[in-house]
Amino acid sequence: MPMSKNPLPGRPDTVYYFPTCLVDLFYPEAGMAGIELLKRAGTTVVMPGQQSCCGQPARNCGYYEEARSVARAQLAAFPKNWPIVVPSGSCAGMMKTHYPELFKGMPELPQVQAFCDRVFELTWFLVHVMDIKLVDKGEPVRVTWHGSCHSMREMGVVEEPKDLLRSLSNVTLVEADYEKECCGFGGTFSVRLPEISAAMVTDKVNNIVATGATQVVSGDMGCMMNISGAMKKAKAPVKGRHIAEFLLERIGRGDA
Amino acid sequence: MPELSHDFEHAAVKALGNQQLRTNFRRVMTGLMNKRAAQFPDPDELQALRSRGKSIKDRALAKLPDLLVQLEQNLIANGIQVHWAESVDEGNRIILDILRKANAKSLIKGKSMVSEEMHFNHFLEENNIRALESDLGEYIIQLAGEGPSHIVMPAIHKNKGEIGKLFQEKIDGQGYTDDPDELTAAARRVLRQMFANADAGFSGVNFAAADTGSLVLMSNEGNGRMSTHLPSMHIALMGIEKVIERLEDVGPLISLACRSATGQPITTYVNVISGPRKAGEKDGPKEVHLVILDNGRTRIYDDPQLREGLRCIRCAACMNHCPVYTRIGGHAYQYTYPGPIGEILNPQMQGIEKAGDVLHASSLCGRCAEVCPVKIPLVDLIVRLRRESIRPSADAVKGGGSRKSGMENVIWFGWKTMYANPLFYRWGTWWLRKIGNLMPAGLPLLKQWTSVRSKPQFASRSIYDLARERGIRDE
Repeated sequence: MPMSKNPLPGRPDTVYYFPTCLVDLFYPEAGMAGIELLKRAGTTVVMPGQQSCCGQPARNCGYYEEARSVARAQLAAFPKNWPIVVPSGSCAGMMKTHYPELFKGMPELPQVQAFCDRVFELTWFLVHVMDIKLVDKGEPVRVTWHGSCHSMREMGVVEEPKDLLRSLSNVTLVEADYEKECCGFGGTFSVRLPEISAAMVTDKVNNIVATGATQVVSGDMGCMMNISGAMKKAKAPVKGRHIAEFLLERIGRGDA
Repeated sequence: MPELSHDFEHAAVKALGNQQLRTNFRRVMTGLMNKRAAQFPDPDELQALRSRGKSIKDRALAKLPDLLVQLEQNLIANGIQVHWAESVDEGNRIILDILRKANAKSLIKGKSMVSEEMHFNHFLEENNIRALESDLGEYIIQLAGEGPSHIVMPAIHKNKGEIGKLFQEKIDGQGYTDDPDELTAAARRVLRQMFANADAGFSGVNFAAADTGSLVLMSNEGNGRMSTHLPSMHIALMGIEKVIERLEDVGPLISLACRSATGQPITTYVNVISGPRKAGEKDGPKEVHLVILDNGRTRIYDDPQLREGLRCIRCAACMNHCPVYTRIGGHAYQYTYPGPIGEILNPQMQGIEKAGDVLHASSLCGRCAEVCPVKIPLVDLIVRLRRESIRPSADAVKGGGSRKSGMENVIWFGWKTMYANPLFYRWGTWWLRKIGNLMPAGLPLLKQWTSVRSKPQFASRSIYDLARERGIRDE
């Protein structure tokens, strides 16, 4: 992979990690896998215990003041000038692209902007900053990919995670129909307009199942909670995985 | 707490249950997405062209009041009569007066979304003037007594079998057929008669060039053109945002609009109308009028962020790519404009109290903004309007604040208290891990979630506990 996209002077010795509140509550092992990948790629990971949530749910519903209060707590939790790596394109997108809007016209805007510049999505960071190389030790497997909307459209992360999957010798990546279409999660959308959301995730699951893959991999646990939940309810023979957990399993959890 | 209107949701749920409709929309929207993609093989060229389109419209909007004055002067110099309408009612009355003055009893219409805003056909009917749509899609829905379900292809919700039955029922002497050529020929026979006899012609406007005083129209069937030049009078209608500074700006905008809309390099017809029939000319209308409508646009214009929505060139790419629109079609949106652009325009034109429920018809996936040829940040505008619906900024939007909800305020206050305070976060999530999995699936929100999904399982340990155990630094 070319290093040209790395905005940092090189590989950083230390990075911050923002696991996200969803991972903390439901999928801590997926979050831990992201930490492990960063360590394997050669950096020290610091995870401040003072953090919580990026604030996206409130912002998306128009409750800017509440979102701003929560954002302020995150700004305070990452004081050092280290990159902040996020195993979710959606939460990263909130912090990188929407914090400036929340603090528009406020004295702390320059400080907020400096914070935004430090936010990276995990797979993009592994590819472009850490230049990670993976050696596949797993059995042959057929997987498909779900790209999260915010990862692709806010963070510009489209090919990086798929390139990582393709770099694994025993992994066959098959593209599902409508791969880049929203899974129907959309945070509160899924419960505000549950019928439309249900129609979207049902189509998504059908397209995933049609690939014949045994696993669907994504970089966002929000989408995955939706897709996996629907697959489980429909008894679909496909398992949903966060890419960090999947990659770590392929290269071997035990190896340093 | 105000009573929320559920019109949108009810209509959407009904549409979701119509498998034929969903299949029609999915098939056509997929085709349109593929055609558009094929028109823009070079992503750099696409981005350069989008930037150009945006800057042309931004430049026009920055000078909008001056350009409207300049447009009026140049139109008048070209012999086109100009009328200004602030409201839908005023617009309808102006056109009725023009028609009455000319003693016109019938009108052949080219396609115009602004006329849909005005419920123009209905208004004319009430005033005993017969208006006939000449765009094939518009003609079909007019026969069916429906509104457009798409802004470029208004009858896209109907398949050929449905159209065959409709024609059999509504057109004298027409038997059933689902052959598209025969159906088109049947419509043509009716329309040709009207083209020959109508007292007046009517059209929308795609772009109005201020520097030359010209009206630019794109169409594919030729009926739009005939509506403007066969009858002895042509009345055109447009919103104030259609003005552009120079005729030469039209080129990139046409290229963007056609490629984004239908995946064509250009429409079959592009008309540039610069005046009525001149002395010595043998055809063309003897009178040309332009009605310029505001209908809430000035209010949109006054807000620098919301103004971005006025760049819209009505290509429909946002709805073609919208995963919600694709599944429910256009009628569920209730008001004139469906899809993402409708989510922006309808609440602002109708008022949030009336049309605000549509603001939640988006997962904020961002596909609309990604494909918009003039880079309207549709998702950001939807979120902004959600905000206006609960906490209005000054007087930016009609019906601002009308969706305030005491219960939601309490929920978000609780959320903020938990997530803005690290101690409360630890404590709150500790409790959720303890008792979260005991919550019955029938609880509000969880009930909606579990309609098609299993219940998510709270993990027994926090990632912060796991990390501490595994030697990850916390500082």
